[in-house]
Amino acid sequence: MQEFIEFTLGGLASGIIYSAIALSLVLIWRGTRVLNYAQGGMAMFTTYVALTVINDTGGNYWLGFLAALAAGFALGAVLERGVVRPTVGKPPLNSVIVTIGILIFIEGLAGIIFYNGQSASFPPAYSIVSLKVGSIALGVSWNDVFTAAAVLAAAVLLAALFRYTTVGLRLRATAFNASVSRLLGVRVGRVLTLGWALAGLIGALAGVLVTPTTFLNPNSMDAIFVLGFTAAVIGGLDSPVGAIVGGLVLGVVLSYVGGYLSADLIELAGLAALVLVLMFRPSGLFAPTAVRRV
Amino acid sequence: MNDGSSVAWDEGESEPGAGALDVGGITVRFGGLTALDDVSLSAARGQVTGIIGPNGAGKTTLLNVLCGFVRPQAGSIAFEGKELTRLRPHQLARHGIARTLQGIGLFRGLTVAENVMVGANGSARAGFFAALFGTPWSDRDEQRLRRRAIEALDRVGAADLADDLPGELAHGQRKRVALARALVAEPRLLLLDEPASGLDEGELPEVGALIGELAGSATVVVIEHRMDLMMSICQRIFVLDFGKVIADGTPAQVQADPAVTAAYLGAERESAADG
Repeated sequence: MQEFIEFTLGGLASGIIYSAIALSLVLIWRGTRVLNYAQGGMAMFTTYVALTVINDTGGNYWLGFLAALAAGFALGAVLERGVVRPTVGKPPLNSVIVTIGILIFIEGLAGIIFYNGQSASFPPAYSIVSLKVGSIALGVSWNDVFTAAAVLAAAVLLAALFRYTTVGLRLRATAFNASVSRLLGVRVGRVLTLGWALAGLIGALAGVLVTPTTFLNPNSMDAIFVLGFTAAVIGGLDSPVGAIVGGLVLGVVLSYVGGYLSADLIELAGLAALVLVLMFRPSGLFAPTAVRRV
Repeated sequence: MNDGSSVAWDEGESEPGAGALDVGGITVRFGGLTALDDVSLSAARGQVTGIIGPNGAGKTTLLNVLCGFVRPQAGSIAFEGKELTRLRPHQLARHGIARTLQGIGLFRGLTVAENVMVGANGSARAGFFAALFGTPWSDRDEQRLRRRAIEALDRVGAADLADDLPGELAHGQRKRVALARALVAEPRLLLLDEPASGLDEGELPEVGALIGELAGSATVVVIEHRMDLMMSICQRIFVLDFGKVIADGTPAQVQADPAVTAAYLGAERESAADG
């Protein structure tokens, strides 16, 4: 029982990170039908920005945290406007290649600017010592609680932005039908840039939150990106709620695999989950099948 | 070769006070196919101007040219004296032009009220950061758009549908919502693409009355192949056939024109059969 609680809560704690990456992928997919393979690389880069700010300010974590979010927002906007926009309306392969190109470029750039041959460690916001109830270890720390709270708060703010503001209305309208939106006077280009910026921000949040549990190097987000992508596919790629739930489900399943079977199997199990979902429910576990249109 | 269309153009020019919308010499080719051949027409403010013609005559292409979806190889478009030939679709709203789509084009995942609010969004003032941080201004903006959306829905008699999703509505209701979405921006030029398609006979008089009412505040251009409706709502009709204007005039003049009868006979029988 003790183990079960530990694995479940620990799984939710890592799952919420996959949720955040998945959410950033869904934001872009809904708006532009582009799968952003550079999302992990972007998060890695903005985490380096945070680390640099933290080091330069004598250890001010929160300045670094905000710097990462701002950098993620700006990076998303710049990439959309600069290199992704020209692929709009072209065959989907073009955008795939462009985002993979961005990934390679960003990882190379981080190698030149930040990487000195050694992975860096990134500080957590709060204690990473496991919490206990009586003598039972819960498998989660205050930092995990903060991580979950931060991701959920970001998701709630995003949902409110989409639901209750005119900017959100334009974001939703464009996601449903860009050409009709354009006809109605929506500046679709700006809306798409904003979508990428928000996705960059959420990705940056995920990077800052997850890196204390890994190490930071130019490839450190690759595996997390794959799991985030899996979470997004489980959730159906079109559904922000599905992305959150998909991440949590994946986190718990992988935690059981790691805990009860072997930690070596975690990444393999993640890929197996991806393949299974793509084979049997390609529109995701949560997408009503009737919604699919040819 | 261009007799019909150049006659129409001359008449349009010579009518004093006519021509809020002036279209001259529009030619569109898709590959080897000439979809529109030197088409000229004009539409006066406060009137309903109809464009009719058998299927494939180029009606929808013409509408696509008017709203910037299709770039003509030749010709000019001016609205209220402003040259609009190089217009891009998102600039329409800014010039006071709204269009409905044959396929209706409502946003599936947005409520009826939200659909209409998108149509009014050109006047939304709150910037991104104001909206992101939920400042009072953005909130008021949202409220104001919603009020205007409800008013527009009320004008087309669909205010009670505000919170429904488009998928839940009957075809005729969806048409009304699409019309409300075009109206809410208070356009000075309203382009309606087959406003009666898919409606049953009983709904036509109401739609006709509504369109007539809209002409009170805007220049209205209607494309439609339901002759019966067009004859009752239009003050002036242009007849397209194989990409050319073959006749224009009042409904009575057009109906009496032998060229029109020749071009339109088959199609008219067809539309009578639908109704």
